Amino acid sequence: MLIKKPNRILPSEITDEAVYKERRRFLGMAALGTATLTAGGLMLPALNALAKPVERKSFPDLKKGPFGTDEELNSFEEITTYNNFYEFGFGKSDPARYAHMLTTHPWSVSIEGEAEITGRFNLEDILKPHTLEERIYRLRCVEAWSMVIPWVGFSLADLIKRFKPTSKAKFVEFTTLYNPEEMPGQKSGILEWPYVEGLRMDEAMHPLTLLAVGLYGKEMPNQNGAPLRLVVPWKYGFKSIKSVVKIRFTETQPQTTWNLSAPGEYGFYANVNPNVDHPRWSQGRERRIGDFLKRNTETFNGYADEVAHLYSGMDLKKHF
Amino acid sequence: MPPKLIKPLVFTLALAPLAWLVYAALTGHLGVNPIETVTRSLGDWALRFLLLTLAVTPLRKLTGWRWPMRFRRMLGLYAFLYTTLHLAGYIVLDQFFYWPGIWEDILKRPYITVGMVSFLMLIPLAVTSTSGMMRRLGKNWQRLHRLVYPIAIGGVLHYYMLVKADTREPLIYATILLVLLLLRLPSFQRPPRRFVKLRRNTLN
Repeated sequence: MLIKKPNRILPSEITDEAVYKERRRFLGMAALGTATLTAGGLMLPALNALAKPVERKSFPDLKKGPFGTDEELNSFEEITTYNNFYEFGFGKSDPARYAHMLTTHPWSVSIEGEAEITGRFNLEDILKPHTLEERIYRLRCVEAWSMVIPWVGFSLADLIKRFKPTSKAKFVEFTTLYNPEEMPGQKSGILEWPYVEGLRMDEAMHPLTLLAVGLYGKEMPNQNGAPLRLVVPWKYGFKSIKSVVKIRFTETQPQTTWNLSAPGEYGFYANVNPNVDHPRWSQGRERRIGDFLKRNTETFNGYADEVAHLYSGMDLKKHF
Repeated sequence: MPPKLIKPLVFTLALAPLAWLVYAALTGHLGVNPIETVTRSLGDWALRFLLLTLAVTPLRKLTGWRWPMRFRRMLGLYAFLYTTLHLAGYIVLDQFFYWPGIWEDILKRPYITVGMVSFLMLIPLAVTSTSGMMRRLGKNWQRLHRLVYPIAIGGVLHYYMLVKADTREPLIYATILLVLLLLRLPSFQRPPRRFVKLRRNTLN
């Protein structure tokens, strides 16, 4: 017997309230902007920022993942307008302004190196077997500011197991897309492109290490590293590489971008550590975005119970 | 424009960046890290006014105009104002009087050390900026005010040393400063007026 299901409206088809509000705000701004344009065009930057309200798919039925924090979340606006993503420019507001240029569909990820299964895979195939969950993590930037972000993603370990790395795989290297046409920051030689990051195998396999595809319950905004990014919450933010196109298993420690740029300032490990200062500024305290007073920075960004054992016996001042 | 109006106009224009910051703060246009925006912006304007002040003398020497000299002291005092506000922003907004942190910064962070020393050197210049002081100090006034050169170099260095990788903007300031300093070399000097006149006379 054929049972016909009623035509269901998918959750993703319903305009999210925030998107709706954003549209309203955009229309309001547009009207206001038109009125103001004659008076000197001061509204132009504001209009540009809102000119491309992207509708992002929401993920239905997300369950809460482990390692949560009950700290107050940073707002969606804070998380998406204050970014370091040099591929789109070197100012904090550049990614929000220019990341719409990036094409994230279709997207493929190349799995390479010391593993039994390698090759180029569509993002959909990469994600298919994984159950997405929400993970609320602290993010501590090497520049001494921090946020609390509700990511959507899955453990990197689950992905790694699928590709069966061999016994030679001691490290995992990640590479960001290289496409200066869509990532105008790559036209400058400020850093070596493409951006490369890496983890030791045990760090990559740690249950805290996340591959994220979204935040606040919806698809990742481009400026936050769409469509696929790494999140390693006990390390400085620059380790959490964005817009990943290549994952390579290696026997030797990968040469990472910031380490190459300034080896004395950015180590391979880059674990959050209030006792090891950046040569040019203190790492002892941080400003949580939205706070007036700075707070003390915690060892391993507050995840010491989970990860400190990975580094037992290591001199963290030397391996910073 | 009547020359009498130019000075109040420049005076008001120089306050515009500060007015904009106050306006942006009141209307929530400073972004999600307002403290950083304010401190950076005040630092930018401190450097800009410092370079504007240093541009006055070469401008006079190259063009022979005398009127820019009337703005030099005012521009210098604005450089002092924005530097003071920049430092106040760091102490009050960024550190909120957390003296151990401030002290450690001054001693351990070269870019803050350099910035602090430059600020300290600015103080005597601001204090001796009155006509009375100029008269009283006589020849020493000019000697003292040559401190503006290490101050400007320190200011640009302070900026250069704090950026992470993108040194382009501090290098623009450094280039402008370099040009302004080179223009002070004897080979760039215009011959004194008397000499020009003399030569003209001979030609006649």
